[in-house]
Amino acid sequence: MRLNTRLGGTAAGLLAAALVLAACGSDDDDGGSGGGDPSLNADATEVTLTITDNSIVGGKNTEGAEWITNWVIPEFTAMQAEKGVDVTVEFEENGVDDEDYKTKIALDLQSGGGGDIIGIDGIWTGEFAEAGYIAPLTDVAGDAVEDWEGWEQIPEAVQQAMTFDDQAYGIPVGTDGRVIYVNKDLFAQAGLPDDWQPTSWDEIIQAAEALKQIDGVTPLQINAGVPMGEATTMQGFLPLLAGAGEEIWADDTWTGASDGVTEVLDFYGQVYGDSAYGDALLQQEAQGRDTSFAMFAAGELGMLIESDYFWRSVVNPDGGINPMPNRDEVVGWAKIPAREPGAGLDGQDFVSMSGGTGRVINPNTEFPQQAWELMMFMNSAEAYEAQLAGVPRITPRDDVNATALAGDPMLSFIAEEVLPITAYRPALALYPEVSVALQEATGAVAAGTSAQDAASEYQSALEGIVGDDGSISD
Amino acid sequence: MLVIAVFLLFPAIWTLYLGLTNWRLTGLAAREPDFVGLENYTDALSDPDFRNSLLLTLVFVFFSAIVGQSILGFALAWIARKLRPALRSVVETVVLLAWIIPASVVAFLWLALLDRREGTLNALLGTDGTAWLLEYPMQSIIVFNIWNGTAFSMLLFSSALASVPPSQFETARMAGAGTFATLRDVVLPNIRGHILTNTLLITLWTFNVFAPYLITAGGPQGRTEILGVYIYRVALRDGALGQGAALSLIMIIINLVVAAVYLRLLGRDRPSRRGRKSTRERRA
Repeated sequence: MRLNTRLGGTAAGLLAAALVLAACGSDDDDGGSGGGDPSLNADATEVTLTITDNSIVGGKNTEGAEWITNWVIPEFTAMQAEKGVDVTVEFEENGVDDEDYKTKIALDLQSGGGGDIIGIDGIWTGEFAEAGYIAPLTDVAGDAVEDWEGWEQIPEAVQQAMTFDDQAYGIPVGTDGRVIYVNKDLFAQAGLPDDWQPTSWDEIIQAAEALKQIDGVTPLQINAGVPMGEATTMQGFLPLLAGAGEEIWADDTWTGASDGVTEVLDFYGQVYGDSAYGDALLQQEAQGRDTSFAMFAAGELGMLIESDYFWRSVVNPDGGINPMPNRDEVVGWAKIPAREPGAGLDGQDFVSMSGGTGRVINPNTEFPQQAWELMMFMNSAEAYEAQLAGVPRITPRDDVNATALAGDPMLSFIAEEVLPITAYRPALALYPEVSVALQEATGAVAAGTSAQDAASEYQSALEGIVGDDGSISD
Repeated sequence: MLVIAVFLLFPAIWTLYLGLTNWRLTGLAAREPDFVGLENYTDALSDPDFRNSLLLTLVFVFFSAIVGQSILGFALAWIARKLRPALRSVVETVVLLAWIIPASVVAFLWLALLDRREGTLNALLGTDGTAWLLEYPMQSIIVFNIWNGTAFSMLLFSSALASVPPSQFETARMAGAGTFATLRDVVLPNIRGHILTNTLLITLWTFNVFAPYLITAGGPQGRTEILGVYIYRVALRDGALGQGAALSLIMIIINLVVAAVYLRLLGRDRPSRRGRKSTRERRA
């Protein structure tokens, strides 16, 4: 008994100590806050910088990883060596789902660690900035940031991807656009035209009906469900919602269970319901997106809404995840139609969604000036040209795009036909949570819930996220 | 004492504190979490996802640990003791391998086994296109966990059976007792303590296990979202760290209750065995 009393006393003492510690900890220790001193270690002659990115040689976004490994690091090191600075650049590769990558770097930044230059999805800028994990570039690296020649080359809309509260937190790396990819071989077998371009959702369903007649072929996949994460929202729900003439966030309110939302969910019901044009089970699999890529590459999938990432990094015969040797002949693409002509956002006939990735400088970096130099170097025209020599992609810089995309019909198509009609996600900290609610709604429909029920579940989930104080429209 | 305080008590108290805030992984609440009192706890208890997860965990623990691992482990131990030593070590090695291979590797093996399109199981059974992980998700992770964890029960019961005095087996045989009667009257009374210890340990392990996440990621539609996976989803995927901390504390409490119940049962068992067995055997 006496032992118990003593133990109790010790425990109480520890409890008090821990609570005091806890109270202190939460105020000061949480990651970087607003950047440190921009001139920190500016004259250092021995510098170590780490680049963190969700790309890995031989895996996800391999072309980007190879560019960093084989070009950026040796060139930058040599350039600095001429100035008498001994720079070691390390590359921390990742090849995982975007959601897992986001969790990882959020934890890195929260604990005050992480790479010096970090690749992020533009849509995370808001929530990372609010959390104090990242800071405006001018706070981190000083006023020199404003003098960079590159800003003039990057269109305002593209810069927006890395901007929060009118301040640039990073430099955009690229933008993208979404289209419907089709397998032309299957289309020919189904008697569909080579230059197929649907003008309404019904025409997509009609094509699916024709494709369904071919044995062993899944007509189309429209991303749904939580396992596919943001790919569900960006490649599935949001382009369709734009086709129904609505945006998820408009006039300072979130869109609730509106007509458009219900129409989109109803379309999901047509795809995954009784007619089973799409494989509903695939949308529930943990690795469903990878499987949809593999199916398309194997000629088992007729249509798939994806971004130009699919063309560059998935079915690319040269280094793609699921390379298709005959990609240029077999893979076709079409703009995503509005529900019916003129029903799209702003009365458009065709719609798309675009996102953007970018790079930020870690506010905790020991070498802010050198990190900024590396950032400028990675975003120079020269650097993009070196990257495009490998695999073309749409860069943020107009000067580079003007010459570099000419050789790739798909990417020219995105740049010329899709980017003018595209829409962007709201750069708000709450967006990722709303996105999950949308993923849940589409997943529920794919699993058999009616569009009406899924819409009202989404409405109540949304109320849980943003509150029901008039910030939701319906 | 200090070690316990640093590594056990402090994290627990820290978790308690975090569970009272709305701390998030990102956004404003990451920088300046607010104190929200017991809101996380009331939210959790009224959240159907949490109750669903708790129910799934109980089902998972009952079938995979208490029933599956115990019975299979005992059966293997019982059979193995009559096998030739060479054969016996083969069996033990195979079962042990399942236990010691890292979970991430094991997960790949099971994904390959249960894959819908090119899975080994579908090829063996001729059930092409059966999506085991989607149509039978809970059954799949239960079988997986039995396969994965049976080695511990087998080893523990092997040593328990070795501690049963051979003279008692001999007596049972002389009296003409069958296998069932031998098990009931000779083996069971001798290894009661071992059974309780084994059940306690595997219950706690299975309750806290996370490896099924590597196979089903909690899906489809949350049907395999056992407690550990649920907390991971809430805290790290959804970013609600405060809520996750509150859930973790609830999980710790459940663990403590389970442990207390077993220890009490074990304590009641002790006196009847005292005097009959050596100290070494009791501890085994």
